[in-house]
Order: sequence, then C-alpha cells, then structure tokens
Amino acid sequence: MSGHLNQPRTRADAKVMDRFNLTQRMVGKLKREEAVIGGIGWSNFDLWAVGHRPQNFYMLGSMGLAVPIALGVAIAQPARKVIALEGDGSILMQLGCLATVGARAPRNLAIIILDNGGYQITGGQVAASELGADIVAIARGAGITQSAWAADEAHFEELVDRALTEDGPWLIGCRINNNKPVATTERDPSLIRDRFMRGMGVKA
Amino acid sequence: MAGETRAWFEITRDVLRAHNVRLIPYVPDNVLRPLIALLEADPFFTVFTCTREEEAVGIACGAWMAGTHAMVLMQTSGFATLPNVLASLPVPFQIPILLMVSERGTLGEFNIGQTLVARTMRPALDSLAMEHHTLSRVDEVEFIIERSIRQAVATHQPATFILSPLLTGGKVF
Repeated sequence: MSGHLNQPRTRADAKVMDRFNLTQRMVGKLKREEAVIGGIGWSNFDLWAVGHRPQNFYMLGSMGLAVPIALGVAIAQPARKVIALEGDGSILMQLGCLATVGARAPRNLAIIILDNGGYQITGGQVAASELGADIVAIARGAGITQSAWAADEAHFEELVDRALTEDGPWLIGCRINNNKPVATTERDPSLIRDRFMRGMGVKA
Repeated sequence: MAGETRAWFEITRDVLRAHNVRLIPYVPDNVLRPLIALLEADPFFTVFTCTREEEAVGIACGAWMAGTHAMVLMQTSGFATLPNVLASLPVPFQIPILLMVSERGTLGEFNIGQTLVARTMRPALDSLAMEHHTLSRVDEVEFIIERSIRQAVATHQPATFILSPLLTGGKVF
C-alpha cells in the first residue's frame, strides 16, 4: 500500500462518506465467499440492509469484539479472506486487539473502521476519534503497517480491492456521516451463528 | 485415572489433543506456566497471548464458528472482566468455547484485591447458567475435562475449568 500510506495523511484530510453506500460498495466486491464480521449497532445494521450473505456474522453486544472474532475466523481458515467491519467507538474500547493483529500479522484479515466521530446510537456523544485520536495512526503504531484513510469512495474501492487480493493485515479508515442505518438486523443469535457456520462450510 | 502419573498440565494437554482443541489464546498467569510451555512446545497447538481476556474469548468464538475449537487461559482477576462478553457472545450464540481459569484469591492469597474479585467468579458463572467445574484432584482432571468438552459440544454451550490451588499448588508468598 506504499502508494497510499500518506494519502490522505490524517483523518482530517479524508472525505466524509455514507455508511450504507460504502458497505454496498464493499459487499459488491465479495466474490469468493469472504467472511464479514459486523460490529454492534449501525455497522452491522447496514451490512444486513445491503443484503444477507451466509458469510456474514452480526454481533449483538460484546462491543469491541468484531476484530477478535474476525481474527479467530482468519486463523481457523487461512485460505479465506475475512473482513471486520467496526465502528470508531467500538474499536476505541478494544484497542489492544490491534496490537494482537499486528503481532500475529494474519495475511487474510482486513479491518474496515467506520468513523463518525461519536456514539450515534446512544445519542451522538462525541468520541475521542473526533478529538484527535487517529485510528489509522494508532493501527500503524500497533504494527498494522498497511493502514490508510480512504480519501473518497473511489479510493475506498481501490483499498478494498487490494485488501481482497494482496496479503494483509490491512486497516482501512473511513470517515462517515451520521445517517441512520437503512434497516435493523434480525436479532436471533443462534440463527445468526448457525447460518454463519454453514457459510463457513463448517456445517453441511 | 487411579494411579495417575501425569501432572495436571500433561493430562490437560493430552485431553485437548484427543478432542482436537487446537487454539489457545491466553492472558499469562504464573500457575499456568507449565501448561503454556507444554502447549507452546507442541506444533499441534496454536498458542499466543492476547491483551485482554475479552479479546481471547472473541478469537475463540470466531475460530469455533470457522471450524477450530479453542480454550482460553486466564487467571481469576481476568475472568472478572468477562461477564458482559459471555452474556452477549458464547452463551446466547451457543458457542462451546472452553475457559480454564487459574484460581487465585484463596488458600494462601497475599493480595486482597485477588481475594475480593475471586468471590465474584462462581456467582457470575452460576448466574449465566454456565457449566463449570473446579479441578482439585489430579485423578479427576481427565474425566472432568474430557466429559465437559463432550457436553459443551453436544449442548452448544461454553464450559469453564477452575484450577484450584489444591491441584496446582497455587501462587505462594
């Protein structure tokens, strides 16, 4: 990702985009049954709204664990690409997992951070990400060297293409607006788990 | 089992191997050292440290759903950080991960913080209706772990093993 590492250099330089639109663009690129772990709240609501895939896992609670769950999937199935879709508030709760990803360096893992600078689902309180905490810089510091802010939608697609075809780990930071999600994920944990395991080829 | 000559950590390794429990994410603990060393020396296992116990539980859950069974290692104070993720991930999603907790806070503890937090462990497990067993005798280790792994997988529920100082000698001062 050498051509993009410093483009844009900081969160402030990245375009503010739309969560549903980015999620649609990302899902549209998944042709090889890639796994997607959707973090709690609006991150996985829009993943659901784009259209259910058997390889999608939707969290209910356990805030901050999208990246660890995705890392577990990536370790168990090294031939499959795995994407963690996580919010800024969620990843701020579990920053240590970035160090674990940096240390393990899973080649098949990509992390997409949807950063709206706040806790929108609880009423829009400001998060540290809005006040100077640059998650891409934190990820680089944690050892995930292939970390970048998406400059705009076209650049986001370019980064996702690379993450799906080249060795990771990757972290793609996306600034997003505060638009509400398009739908709400069906809240049935055992069904979500069962469908995901079938999507992973673990259950027939 | 009678006349058991192996140490608790050797039995644990053997049972995990026999049941194809390959992934061991952990947060370090002194009492767990011999088990960690045995597992790290065996290429059958993938063993690594995590920054928090919650993270290790997330990794174990993801791995199970993608076909690899995992056991998380931690000490009592680490377990105390877990109720929220247990209540929102392995229990409701029915994921049979295994937890092994080295018990501090009792039978000669020197740190009052450990004694206090240790008292929250079994009530937390009970209130989540999570299967748990305390391992205190070496001749029972194989039976308890082996049967509990079978039960966890058959019932789609996590299981917890608590290592008593009666078994391990604990941490002394």
